[in-house]
Amino acid sequence: MNTKKNTCHSRENLKKIEAYGVLSTHHRMTIPLQEMPAQDPNERVKNMSEVSLGYTEEQALVEANRCFQCKNAPCVQGCPVRINIPGFINAIAQRDYQNAINIIKQTSLLPAVCGRVCPQEEQCQSPCTLGKTLKDKNKAVSIGRLERYAADWDRQNHLVKSPVIQAETGKKVAIIGSGPAGITAAADLRRAGHSVTIFEAFHKPGGVMVYGIPEFRLPKKIVELEIETLKKMGVNIITDFVVGRTRKLLDLMQKDYFDAIFIGSGAGLPKFMNIEGENCIGVFSANEYLTRLNLMKAYQLEKFETPIYHGRKVAVLGGGNVAMDSARTALRVGAEEVHVIYRRTEAEMPARAEEVGHAKEEGVKLHLLQNIHRILGNDAGYVKAIECLRYELGAPDTTGRRSPVPIKGSEFTMEVDTVIIAVGNGSNPLIKQSTPDLAVNQNGYIITDTDGKTSIKGIWAGGDIVLGSATVILAMGQGREAARSINEFLAQK
Amino acid sequence: MNTITDKKQLSEFVYQMRILAPLIAEERLPGQFIILQVSDDGERIPLTIADADITSGTVTVIFQVVGKTTTCLSLLKIGDQVAHIVGPLGMPTHIEKFGHVICVGGGIGIAPLYPIAQGMKQAGNKLTVILGARQKDLIILENEMKKIADELIVCTDDGSYGRKALVTEPLKALCENSPNPNMVVAIGPAIMMKFCAETTRPFKIPTMVSLNSIMIDGTGMCGGCRVSVGQKTKFVCVDGPEFDGHQVDFDNLIKRLSAYKKTEQEAWHKCRLEKL
Repeated sequence: MNTKKNTCHSRENLKKIEAYGVLSTHHRMTIPLQEMPAQDPNERVKNMSEVSLGYTEEQALVEANRCFQCKNAPCVQGCPVRINIPGFINAIAQRDYQNAINIIKQTSLLPAVCGRVCPQEEQCQSPCTLGKTLKDKNKAVSIGRLERYAADWDRQNHLVKSPVIQAETGKKVAIIGSGPAGITAAADLRRAGHSVTIFEAFHKPGGVMVYGIPEFRLPKKIVELEIETLKKMGVNIITDFVVGRTRKLLDLMQKDYFDAIFIGSGAGLPKFMNIEGENCIGVFSANEYLTRLNLMKAYQLEKFETPIYHGRKVAVLGGGNVAMDSARTALRVGAEEVHVIYRRTEAEMPARAEEVGHAKEEGVKLHLLQNIHRILGNDAGYVKAIECLRYELGAPDTTGRRSPVPIKGSEFTMEVDTVIIAVGNGSNPLIKQSTPDLAVNQNGYIITDTDGKTSIKGIWAGGDIVLGSATVILAMGQGREAARSINEFLAQK
Repeated sequence: MNTITDKKQLSEFVYQMRILAPLIAEERLPGQFIILQVSDDGERIPLTIADADITSGTVTVIFQVVGKTTTCLSLLKIGDQVAHIVGPLGMPTHIEKFGHVICVGGGIGIAPLYPIAQGMKQAGNKLTVILGARQKDLIILENEMKKIADELIVCTDDGSYGRKALVTEPLKALCENSPNPNMVVAIGPAIMMKFCAETTRPFKIPTMVSLNSIMIDGTGMCGGCRVSVGQKTKFVCVDGPEFDGHQVDFDNLIKRLSAYKKTEQEAWHKCRLEKL
């Protein structure tokens, strides 16, 4: 994308908008959607820097003026944390960026993160009246991009302020996991004046935002700043601490006198396909591949020591965001060819359309209606090829997606040296293993009520350990609900 | 935190360190391990806890220098700190009174075997310990084992100490005894564990092995440590590290352990050049 040209257009558009004075609905409909400036695909595959560059001020102003400011605001209903979307967009249109970020922060703790990684096209932007009027949901107001603009403005102007903390209550709350659910719960509980300690298993806090989502989609500096804000609020963060192993869950209450606990321990064991050859050298779970590169920074060979396997021809299995992240990361660490293999069509891919688009621009090849059947290894146990089957779409399954049916006799082989499996995660057994009374469902996910209460009094849970696999914003929403319920509980205690 | 309180060199490439980690010392049980990072930029490596002392709040690790990280660790002195330690990880060993237990340790595998042998003895078992290594100076913890074992057999590949034999020879002889031993615990190089399991298989003696596959997080998240046990994929970090030796696909494990050998050797070579 040509950023200069884009900015020039937006400047002209902005002049027009300003000339109109009061904008009618018709005027707003004619304002062109502002595309997100991005690094050139040929350049960005050679670096780990962020792909999307963020709106310029002119672009943000033009985009903000596309919003109808409709009274019923269906976008708010589409947002899991119910951000006052028309309110903050209007503030941007008024150039009152401080107010915009204040409005967002009333309900969302991590706008710089959510503005980047939320699937807005399925949430707030999906019911947008403008998109509906233009009969194209891709032309809805770019709420996510505007959210990011406000959050980046806040950060770049060094205005990010720690929220006000209520008087100390003397109550202690333990948060397990420092991902989106844990961070949100921690912030809300600390604001209420409780003493809050986060226990993180890894050596760095941030959860999936640090080990999973790559730098080029979510710069780690942004996550670090959010963690710094928590620390400034007085939240205690203890890393290298595995609840269930370093300390049993109930010991946190019985020996360490925590009054309440929130479990936000996140995704668990990566799923494998249970196919032949899956334990060959060169077959990775997406979790392992991304953790080596993101958390352990294996791409910075000179500085960091964790090794990474340098595949030349890489096959990625799966159609979600994690599959796209893995494929695009593989390109950036030097793969010559990256093939994403998915058994349905592009329309059914769970990945965000924007991420699929970015992946394609970068040279990732999509192989649709195909699936890996087995992995072939050489004598030394290294991957040498995969055998795939072709599929066709049959009747819709329980999720409403048409289920893929293998076509008999359609086997073919593809030479690859690396296979990355990105077909989701199961639950992590660590806390359950050492806490027999904690009720979990048949898949091992913790059972909670709508407030996030578990089967044990004083213990709440939220995020992926409850939902299975969700998004950053859904995990945040659950962290917030649980914090509200914990605050009520502690007020009565 | 994580301060090295004691350090001993047990042989040319084998070191023993006591590290201050009170919470881990308190919680750990035989069979469990830690993940250690020498520096913030370093890799995460699993090391079995060889011993722990709740009073001083320390855990003991014994490691062999095989690559860059273990070299860097070996260069630390008493009073230095390692950047990160997390644990205790893995499922503890199932210890009970089986009757007669044979503990077989090979090379550096003797370190993780020690707390298990201790536990088995405390549970009232008759304890036979077989220690093996390539040569004399690679036999570690012999005195400690002597104190707890009812019978101690030492063998070396080159005959430089004890019997000139592989550990499987005395193991087989013991299995042929009547009554049969009730339980065998074998910890050492994958190839040694494989042959110990093959030795006991015809006698149908339950044989537990402790696997040392490549790991990152140690909490079940990455799946890098997966092994095939009884045709099923298991994670060494959360399902293990101990498994039924008769069910483990050792050939696959041995291949997987070699995945980063080249990188490791290059890094080690570079690291040694830097030291010079």
